[in-house]
Amino acid sequence: MSRHSVGVLGSLRATFMRELLIIWRSPGDMVNPLMFFVIAVSLFPLGGDPSPAYLSGIAAGVVWVTALLAVMLSMESLFRGDYEDGSLEQLLLSPQPLYFHLLAKVAGHWLLTGLPLVLLSPLLAMMLALPEQAYAPLMLGLLLGTPTLNLIGAIGMALTVGLGRSGLLLAVLVLPLSIPVLVFGTGMVQTALAGLPFTGLAALLGALLALALSLAPLAIGAALRISVN
Amino acid sequence: MWQWLYKLGSPRHFYEMTSTFLPWLTFVTYFLLIVGLVWGLGFAPRDYQMGDNYRIIYIHVPLALGALWVYVMMAVMAAMHMIWNIKVADMVAKSCAVVGVSYCAVALFTGAMWGKRIWGVYWIWDAKLTSFLILFFIYIGVMALRSAFDSETSASKAASVLTLVGIVNLPIVYYASVWWNTLHQPPSRLSLSAEGANPPEIWIPVFFTGFGLIGLVFLLVILRTRNEILWRERRAQWVQDLVKQELSRA
Repeated sequence: MSRHSVGVLGSLRATFMRELLIIWRSPGDMVNPLMFFVIAVSLFPLGGDPSPAYLSGIAAGVVWVTALLAVMLSMESLFRGDYEDGSLEQLLLSPQPLYFHLLAKVAGHWLLTGLPLVLLSPLLAMMLALPEQAYAPLMLGLLLGTPTLNLIGAIGMALTVGLGRSGLLLAVLVLPLSIPVLVFGTGMVQTALAGLPFTGLAALLGALLALALSLAPLAIGAALRISVN
Repeated sequence: MWQWLYKLGSPRHFYEMTSTFLPWLTFVTYFLLIVGLVWGLGFAPRDYQMGDNYRIIYIHVPLALGALWVYVMMAVMAAMHMIWNIKVADMVAKSCAVVGVSYCAVALFTGAMWGKRIWGVYWIWDAKLTSFLILFFIYIGVMALRSAFDSETSASKAASVLTLVGIVNLPIVYYASVWWNTLHQPPSRLSLSAEGANPPEIWIPVFFTGFGLIGLVFLLVILRTRNEILWRERRAQWVQDLVKQELSRA
């Protein structure tokens, strides 16, 4: 079989399925970010004030910030293994456009690490006494925001994958870049709590996602080429 | 014109060309800064509302503009480094990061001092303040990433990518914080109330310190870049000749 016989779509599907399989076979990579999310959120009532009045005020921010940190911590598994076993080099050498490979890879990663965060968020919102009308904007915001965070985190991870341990450096690089998503995401919940329509902010989050989808793979690709060098 | 630009791309020519105009730049920068500061701090009239506190504008405003503007310069240099692989562009970008982060830090500090006197607090999560804090973080990130690499080439390329990602992000950060701020707090009139209303005696010194601090950006960036050139080219014959020449003169 000639290597050119795999089309763009075929390679996209292959990369996507491979990413799913990798995460599926090392459940820790999938479960640990979720556990971090739950544990970190539950520290706030313990460290602060457990009264519902206080918690409902900070709930949106706490859920969003911990989701952001959980996404960032989950990024390690996106390129680390591939870098160490050499398959990242194969990915960079493949005849199909790198852009689509990377999109497929991040999409697969998001599906098994980002989406569970979105699905778990109402439970944590309930524990933080967030009023029920805010569940929908919280989940919608996370649904639109976590893929963007994944794409931004992938840029940071691609830049630092060659450095051995990247944990703290990754945080320093990625957190400032993630602030707009955080601001719009928590803004959505606060607007909904004020009884105002939140679709405008959802559209802004969608715009950020569209921007990240179109530009981030270029930056990730450039960064990976530097790291693999 | 193009040839001149092309020559600037060579570390040696950059070093030699800057040697010729560095004394002039130094003189002009010091002249503007001294005139502006003496005039602004010593002779400009007191503001009827803020008293002497307003005098922070002579330093704070140019520093803040400078910090933003250095980032743009750094991004242009990063793009030039990525596209044409010009080494001098990367050395300039590296110097820009240090100068930019210092300007940002001093702007934040002087702003806090002014804020304490006028608003009664050192810090407010206002859009402008917040976006400057994030600019500061992004500068720190670029510097941290650069220092994490052992190889100079990887460090320069990685820092360039992050700088370019940052420049896409900065306008979004600004608008995000404006939106967030207007959502949470009543809009505060934080600008120096009605700039047009201030008399020229107050405003003219701002131009002196403003251009002086921009001159200082160039001066510091060029000086740092020259050091960087000498360090990276330390094995080249011309640098060794230069060092011998300087040593024999001393």
